[in-house]
Amino acid sequence: MENVLATHNVNKYFYEPEKFQVLKEIDLIVRRGEFLSLVGKSGCGKSTLMYILSTMDSDYEGELEIAGERLTGKGQDALARFRNQHIGFVFQFHYLLPEFTVLQNVMIPALKLRKYSRGEIESRAIEKLKVLGIEEYAKKLSGKLSGGQQQRVAIARALINDPDIIMGDEPTGNLDSYNTHLVFDIFRELTHTYRQTIIAVTHDVEFARNSDRVVEMSDGKIIRHP
Amino acid sequence: MYLTFEIAKTHLLAKPKQTIVAMMGVTFGIGMFIALISLMTGLNDFTESLTMTSSPDIHIFNDVTQTRPTILSEVNPHGINLVYHQKPKNETPKLRNASEIVQLIRQDPRVLGAAPMLASQVFYNYGPVQLNGNILGVEIMEEDKLFDLRSKMKSGRIEELLTNHSGIIMGTGLARKLNARLGDRVVITTPQGYTLTLKIVGTFQMGLGAIDNVRSYANISTAQSILQKAPGYITDINVKLKDLHQARFIAGELQKSFRYKAEDWETANSTFLTGNKIRNIITYSVSITLLVVAGFGIYNILNMTIHNKMKDIAILKATGFSGNDVRQIFMIQSLVIGLVGSLAGLLIGFGLSVLISRASFPGGDFISLDHFPVQFNPRFYLIGIVFGVSTTAIAGYMPSRKAAGVDPIEILRGQ
Repeated sequence: MENVLATHNVNKYFYEPEKFQVLKEIDLIVRRGEFLSLVGKSGCGKSTLMYILSTMDSDYEGELEIAGERLTGKGQDALARFRNQHIGFVFQFHYLLPEFTVLQNVMIPALKLRKYSRGEIESRAIEKLKVLGIEEYAKKLSGKLSGGQQQRVAIARALINDPDIIMGDEPTGNLDSYNTHLVFDIFRELTHTYRQTIIAVTHDVEFARNSDRVVEMSDGKIIRHP
Repeated sequence: MYLTFEIAKTHLLAKPKQTIVAMMGVTFGIGMFIALISLMTGLNDFTESLTMTSSPDIHIFNDVTQTRPTILSEVNPHGINLVYHQKPKNETPKLRNASEIVQLIRQDPRVLGAAPMLASQVFYNYGPVQLNGNILGVEIMEEDKLFDLRSKMKSGRIEELLTNHSGIIMGTGLARKLNARLGDRVVITTPQGYTLTLKIVGTFQMGLGAIDNVRSYANISTAQSILQKAPGYITDINVKLKDLHQARFIAGELQKSFRYKAEDWETANSTFLTGNKIRNIITYSVSITLLVVAGFGIYNILNMTIHNKMKDIAILKATGFSGNDVRQIFMIQSLVIGLVGSLAGLLIGFGLSVLISRASFPGGDFISLDHFPVQFNPRFYLIGIVFGVSTTAIAGYMPSRKAAGVDPIEILRGQ
């Protein structure tokens, strides 16, 4: 299978309050259509690794390649453009723009990318909302939705530009068990039906166990790497 | 660009109260600026035009009080001479060769007109009461060229003076005091004690009590006979220039070539003009203060907005907005606040100016003025909007830059 993401010998240091190596020689390869969970105890560096993989953190040693493009050493603006096109995010705390409607929230990354016309973007956004079963809330302000609904909007937003990878930082960390199952099933369907690659940092043992591959980290190293 | 504009719009509309308060700061600043500067320049123009009606661009006269070298220093040029309380020489204030000087000045291409004149103190008799005043002997057509006398006539026509040797054109204030009307005869007493009867062929109003209450115009020959002087007796020459701002320079030239004192209007009215300068300084400093205060208001509100929107900024950056896009979003907000606030300020400023120009302002006897003079100059409105928008741009720039520099990881991790 095709590699969608690869790191080579990634090291990362924190300098505050004193120099400390958070990530040690991370070599990771993710294949297209894979549903990967990144697990480990608090402070093991899994979130730090994910921010590097997501290109938001560019202060590291080593190399990062996504969708065949080498991203190490690129400028912030180029990385922002890259994220816009190739990476979708789902966070623990939903992070929607509360003054905008659900539909607008989903459309914004696509409007930024400008690959399609506004009309096409809107119909694509509605389509994504339908897939996630929340099209009836399209015209509501996103701040008025429940946590589970908001998280589904966030997933729709992550999908809008047909990204190569969806990255989730504790995507179910703030949801009740019903919604956790719902989000998990959506992820599952995305990977199996649409061959969408997903990397999720999680504490949830069940969530991790049911994903395709679990990468476990400890003290800045990958210790289990099936 | 369109997207950032849309996001900025949503932010502004999401908190209308806050947006309006920020706009009101600018509106108030610009409105006050417009009202103040319109009134102040209106006042300045008014005093300047008063100045111009009461004094010529250049006034040439024989300054008999000018200090002159003593006879002693001519006789004993190398010694130490002390002369206390030197008195002026006994000479008339007559300008020699006045008509030739006038001809020469008129040939100068920078000069619009030159009018010879002589003035005499007289008493106007009103029954047993004598009113102090003066009569100016002038070439009335030339005087009209210099001071636009025609537009200041309240009754009669200036041409009547040409055909009437004993006619005078009297100030309205003086005529009122004498209870005299057009066509009436008034008796005057000359400084030498002679009495003369003159006929009022017109009345004028300059708008300045100091002139209207004491002055009459007569022909030069009439004034010469009042003073019992020979024809050719001229004491003053008034000059009008094409460009009045050259007055100081040309006055110096004239003084050198004719050896009579030539005084320019700026020197003659320096107190008036100092007032103008001070008013301008006050206007601009008050307006700038108002705008700076408004600018701080915008700075604060944007800073607060950005602080509240840290999460939004982080998510925008995570989903592919560059620092530049984020800066644009907040710059657009401050510019919209600035632009809309300034436009509203221009309207309010215009409204205030109209109200002020309609407020009655009794000028009393001294100045004929019943309303505040207000100038409606489009330039002020242009300055106002440029000023308002640039202040908000500066005030918005710093918080926007801060927003552009937000590190999304710090925010996303912090939760």
